[in-house]
Amino acid sequence: MRLNLRGVKREGFGRRAAGILLLVFGLMLAARLCAASAPGENPVPNIFEPYSTPADAIFHLSRFVLTITGMIFLVVFVLLVYVLVKFRARTTDSPHEPAQVYGSTQIELAWTVIPILIVVVLFLATTRVIRAIQDAPKPTNVVEVIAIGHQFWWEFRYPELGIVTANELHIPVSDPANPTPTYLKLLSADTDHSFWVPQLAGKTDLIPNRVNTMWMDPHRTGTFLGQCAQYCGTQHAKMLLQVRVDSRADFEAWANAQKQPAKNEETVSAGRRVFETTACVNCHAVAGTAATGRFGPDLTHMMSRSTIAAGAAENTAENLGMWIQDPDMIKPGSLMPAMKLSDSDLDALVRYLETLR
Amino acid sequence: MSAITTPLAQTPGAWRLPYRGKVGMACLIIAESAIFTIFVVAYLFYAGKSMTGPTPREVLETPIFFTICLLSSSLTIHFAEKFLERGGRGAFLGLWFLTILLGGLFLFGTGREWHRLIYEHGLTISTNLFGTTYYSLVGLHAFHVTVGLIMLSIVFLFGLAGRVGSEQSARVGVLSMYWHFVDAVWVVVFTVVYILGR
Amino acid sequence: MSSDAIAIRAAEIEGRPWVETLHDWITTVDHKRLGILYILFSLLFLVIGGIEATIMRVQLMRPHSDFVPPQVFNRMFTMHGTTMIFFVAMPIVFGFANYLVPLMVGARDMAFPRLNAFSFWLTAFSGILLYFSFVGGSGLYGAGNAPDVGWWAYAPLTSRAFSPGHSSDYWTVAVLVSGFGSIGTATNIIATIFSMRCPGMTLGRMPLMAWLSLVMSGLVLITITPLSAAQIMLLVDRYLGGHFFDTQAGGSAALWMHFFWIFGHPEVYILVIPAFAIASEIIPVFSRKPIFGYPIMVAATVCIGFISMSVWAHHMFTIGMNSTANTFFVLTTMAISVPTGIKIFNWIGTMWGGKIQFKTPMLFCIAFLFQFLIAGLTGIMLGAAPFNWQLSGSYFVVAHFHYVIVGAILFCIFGGFYYWFPKATGRMLDERLGKLHFWLFVIGFHLTFDAMHIPGLLGMPRRIYTYEPGRGWDTWNVIVTIGTFIQGIATLIFVANLIFSYFKGPKAGNDPWDAWTLEWSVSSPPPAYNFATIPTVASRRPLWDKKHPEDPDSRYE
Repeated sequence: MRLNLRGVKREGFGRRAAGILLLVFGLMLAARLCAASAPGENPVPNIFEPYSTPADAIFHLSRFVLTITGMIFLVVFVLLVYVLVKFRARTTDSPHEPAQVYGSTQIELAWTVIPILIVVVLFLATTRVIRAIQDAPKPTNVVEVIAIGHQFWWEFRYPELGIVTANELHIPVSDPANPTPTYLKLLSADTDHSFWVPQLAGKTDLIPNRVNTMWMDPHRTGTFLGQCAQYCGTQHAKMLLQVRVDSRADFEAWANAQKQPAKNEETVSAGRRVFETTACVNCHAVAGTAATGRFGPDLTHMMSRSTIAAGAAENTAENLGMWIQDPDMIKPGSLMPAMKLSDSDLDALVRYLETLR
Repeated sequence: MSAITTPLAQTPGAWRLPYRGKVGMACLIIAESAIFTIFVVAYLFYAGKSMTGPTPREVLETPIFFTICLLSSSLTIHFAEKFLERGGRGAFLGLWFLTILLGGLFLFGTGREWHRLIYEHGLTISTNLFGTTYYSLVGLHAFHVTVGLIMLSIVFLFGLAGRVGSEQSARVGVLSMYWHFVDAVWVVVFTVVYILGR
Repeated sequence: MSSDAIAIRAAEIEGRPWVETLHDWITTVDHKRLGILYILFSLLFLVIGGIEATIMRVQLMRPHSDFVPPQVFNRMFTMHGTTMIFFVAMPIVFGFANYLVPLMVGARDMAFPRLNAFSFWLTAFSGILLYFSFVGGSGLYGAGNAPDVGWWAYAPLTSRAFSPGHSSDYWTVAVLVSGFGSIGTATNIIATIFSMRCPGMTLGRMPLMAWLSLVMSGLVLITITPLSAAQIMLLVDRYLGGHFFDTQAGGSAALWMHFFWIFGHPEVYILVIPAFAIASEIIPVFSRKPIFGYPIMVAATVCIGFISMSVWAHHMFTIGMNSTANTFFVLTTMAISVPTGIKIFNWIGTMWGGKIQFKTPMLFCIAFLFQFLIAGLTGIMLGAAPFNWQLSGSYFVVAHFHYVIVGAILFCIFGGFYYWFPKATGRMLDERLGKLHFWLFVIGFHLTFDAMHIPGLLGMPRRIYTYEPGRGWDTWNVIVTIGTFIQGIATLIFVANLIFSYFKGPKAGNDPWDAWTLEWSVSSPPPAYNFATIPTVASRRPLWDKKHPEDPDSRYE
């Protein structure tokens, strides 16, 4: 069996080249990930840009884990490259087979004990963070929210404030000196969902017939993006989340506005009649009217939200009309039926809905 | 050169490996045990969690007699096998038939119990969690008993035709392993359903 | 001598009608032919699964793309996952084991040849059944279509309420039936290894391929069956009105998750252990040294097998288990990295002091080492539960497991093809095409799966048919898709090599690689009966002993 001299040399070089490329790639990656920016300006939901204690704890743990695994990678990588270069077959070699070594107990012991120690260290570091997040004592001053996952939208209830809203979660900023975290109770009305806003916390699932809890205490105001992270059906992709972290004052103002029943303006009474006499009331609720449907989002203050259909479209009159007449244009497979209203009815309805601020 | 022979002074027949039929049946038994374990776990997990309907305490009657039937059939099949090894075809056939009879009685008992549960107590597989897990677990076992009985009957028919002798005792032993497994599973199911689950 | 001379290939007999050859293949119980059938079956589904992946990647190249509607995309990722796991990876590892294990232990066939054939045809049938769903299944939208519930088929999405029609049933029944086929093959492998080894071949002298096939088969017996049980329960729910996973009746969605992952985690070890086996055969031969630490390699694999049964809920860190449960699964998940790391070190130890030949089989195994290292490390990251709370269900996880399945498992399988194709067909695969396949695939693989980690870190969940622009995911998705096409081309080159070399490749002879295990002692391809005389062995490398009578292994073991 002959050895291909040129081929052998090229392979060895190729290995090194690939290895160097990999290192450069890794460095570029690290650099990019370390770039930070203010929340709300950059809508990138980067897990390495935390703004809340749980996300922060995870970020610090991840840096520790990445450092250790990075070092392991370097050591083994260098070892591999060394072996491939040093022990490659050369035509200048003697034709004899190399020394047939079967093993070595000491070496085996070394490379068993050291990994065990590394595992112990990683395990302890991880356990500490698990406890810190899951078993954190609950302070007295919290905002309680019940989040109910639906196909394909989010229902948010504030039991102590008497508010029901959807898709855009408003919570107050939390001062680390005097924390006012938000505690979420996670339920589901149908299938599995998962609440994931990377910059505020790790995700927790919403599972039917099961109560989960999570908490977050954002340190800065702003808008944080997320979306459903457990496949829940056709429109899982457009079950988006927006978390608006308000200052204390802004949050109180928002809450007070949300508690009010819907305004009843005479100018849009035609539209209101359309709403109350077609099937809308089967699924939707508007506080202060006869509409008390719970299958779809509460619309009492729908104009206070920047998007419709759980983030699938901007909350404009045009989109609203499209959503009502043919939801499949915006979110095919969602459970909103096409209402097939006449043009004048649709027009009146949209004008009515636009008063629900 | 075909053989990689090293001149080892080996006594002929010194290289003995387990009978592949037994190994294969052991594999099947291990796999089936895993399936039954999952059904048992589901049963125990849902014990007491039904939202409606009859509870085990209200409707279950411990099937002592039929359990004894099934467990005795393990004894009869064991001795049937032993007789066959020694060439006692007559005794083998008799005990084998008794095994089938006892197994059949067990199935009859299960059927009778299910009839009572369905028609007197209204407990079906869709009634509540108890119904679902009970019929699935006991039904899975009964299915295995049925398959076993079919296999036993086929062997019995071969036996009647004079085709089963001591040369076939290894294969009969494999089937006998399966039957013992079915009985062992019943011990577990019985404990879980009629003792723990109440 | 006698074994090579008696090899008569049926195809060489003049004037044999093709229907006769076809009939031979369909009714065969020969482990070698069944092995090849398994492998051909897998290659077909590899291409199909690759097409499904390509469709997804084209859709995800741009945000708000309308290349395919969401219903189609959801079917694509469901079918891609199900196909790749159950109809590519499982059959291909069974194919390799089927072909090699009897030859390596000096037997004439598997313990139960007819069961072997039955198991293969069960698998083949179930693959066709799954794909029939495209035509015959009725889903939520009327016309016939394929399952769209994800390859994990989480409850209650699979209940009648949320998956009306029959598409989910195609998933359930096809996978259930293929599971029975797997159990049959696993039984066969175990029985062959325990009951059919040639004289002198104690368990401690078997090639590592045989040992690891044994561990893999043991895992199959106890881990495929939980999935089978869960699927039976799902069928009870869907057809008999049962409530196993019916949350409205008090059932538990988490119970399905537990049952699924009790299967699902050991399943990936079922897939990777044969990859380890292939590497453990190839690396020694192309380093010209025996495997470093054979007993430890066996022990580490058995350890991995056992520990793998205890880690399953690391796929469920986000479902809201308490801190004690989460901590337990962190511990077991991290613990499994110890025996796994030991194996990597042993492979390096094998190469140390050797004379490494960079032939195509070895190139794939070397890439496997680099890539499996990275995959293992991202696995450790994911094993840290809080980190998992961020990254679970994101593209980081998708990148991690593709790194294992493609970067480790598929690479070893490619290596195995180049290594054993000569034995099975009597001809060498073209070395230049092989190297082209290798380098193209490496480039494509890294473009796709290195880049794929980033969107996960930036918050991109998995199983989404589209995404919002401006979240920092756009460019990375383009890079990922480009890599897909390169891998596709590389795979086509590989298939072309297979076909071309089958007809025109240089003749291989018995032992083209100067290797040491029993399969290399017979002709290429082997005769139907494998060995004219059952061999007797005295060491782990019987051919080394034969080639080096002055310094046989038997003196040292």
